[in-house]
Amino acid sequence: MYKQINNNLPFSGLADMVQRLSDNAFIPFDPANTDYQEYLAWLAEGNTPEPADEVGA
Amino acid sequence: MSQLAVNSITDGSGGATATINGYTPTASNMGGKNRIINGDMRIDQRNAGASSNFGTGGEFSTVDRWQTFENTGGSATNQQVVDAPAGFYNSLKVTVTSSATPASSEVTQLQQMIEGFNTADLAWGTASAKTVTLSFWVKSSITGQFGGSIASNGTPSYSSYPFSYTISSANTWEHKTITITGATSGTWEATNQTGIRLYFNLGSGSNHLTTPNTWYSALYRGSTGDTSLISTNGATWQITGVQLEAGSVATPFEHRHYGQELALCQRYYQKRNLFNIGTTSAVWEGYFGGGAGMLTIDLPVTMRAAPTLTVLQPTQVQVYETSGWTSRTIAAQYSSIDFVAFNIDSTSHNNGKLLTLSGGSTIPTGQMSSEL
Repeated sequence: MYKQINNNLPFSGLADMVQRLSDNAFIPFDPANTDYQEYLAWLAEGNTPEPADEVGA
Repeated sequence: MSQLAVNSITDGSGGATATINGYTPTASNMGGKNRIINGDMRIDQRNAGASSNFGTGGEFSTVDRWQTFENTGGSATNQQVVDAPAGFYNSLKVTVTSSATPASSEVTQLQQMIEGFNTADLAWGTASAKTVTLSFWVKSSITGQFGGSIASNGTPSYSSYPFSYTISSANTWEHKTITITGATSGTWEATNQTGIRLYFNLGSGSNHLTTPNTWYSALYRGSTGDTSLISTNGATWQITGVQLEAGSVATPFEHRHYGQELALCQRYYQKRNLFNIGTTSAVWEGYFGGGAGMLTIDLPVTMRAAPTLTVLQPTQVQVYETSGWTSRTIAAQYSSIDFVAFNIDSTSHNNGKLLTLSGGSTIPTGQMSSEL
């Protein structure tokens, strides 16, 4: 399972990373990162990541 | 002592095949000849010599660059130990802690994925493919045939070359050499993805085994008749001095300086203190917006890919705010090949202030992984 995360820089939007909930690892959206490749495969199976927490939550 | 002063050394025909101690020095078997990183098992950033269990889901759990995996229902540990043949200090020791008989689709293996940038010169997948030689020291409580394989990354399809070797005497270090004709077909990655896979089979089912010493257009991880280490409770298997080099002769192991080897490993994995002063506290340059501050870290070695970031300990740090020390969550924020950042959800400061952070009694530690 994965979860989207917010970009906490002084502009809005989601970060270019996703959190893997099994070990709380943060995975960057780099096509050469093997964890990201696994995430893409997981998405391709029809799965959807949990939404990010609301800012300020 | 006599002195030899010549302008060139050639073979008997004036060519470039003259040998020294049985091998012909070439550009590809001198410095940097060993395509395996941490072949002597010296670097163990994750465990610092402690025992850990075999991975069961693709995780890395042992010495740097090496990955163990089993899905047989048995279990085994891996550990860097101070037990090695002359000329080495460490080895990687596998101990079976619960035996199992692998089903046809199951595997038990030690593996290293070699980056394509470090294998592209072998020209595999072309008519100019170079022969390579694998050499290593091995010791086991069980004698008999063991095996492994060399394989491609599997994109779009696999090529593999299973090999076998024999352990003749129990609990005795033995040196093994396997020469592999370069693959003239198949697709072999040449950049920052996996160029070559190296497997040592420690107990795999029949789907993964076949007749050795030839190339197949499929993925095999060992040879028919290989000993299944995982099937014997308490069995041990140790390895060190692993070298994969161009040419048909196993030359002496390439001993690199510790700092060099560590830097090579850090291209794929780094474990470090996230704070920059002392062990439990640091002055942190605050950068705020959206209710968070940013802790930035320049990586000492450029990594293979933007790394996956994990805060190992603690998940919360102490931040000195206007109201005093406050516990705040630390989490990853940004990742690139040479720079990473973590955010701390402090909300009581303004842009540009300095913060004092403390891990309390715990050294804040994180890991960056861009393993293959």
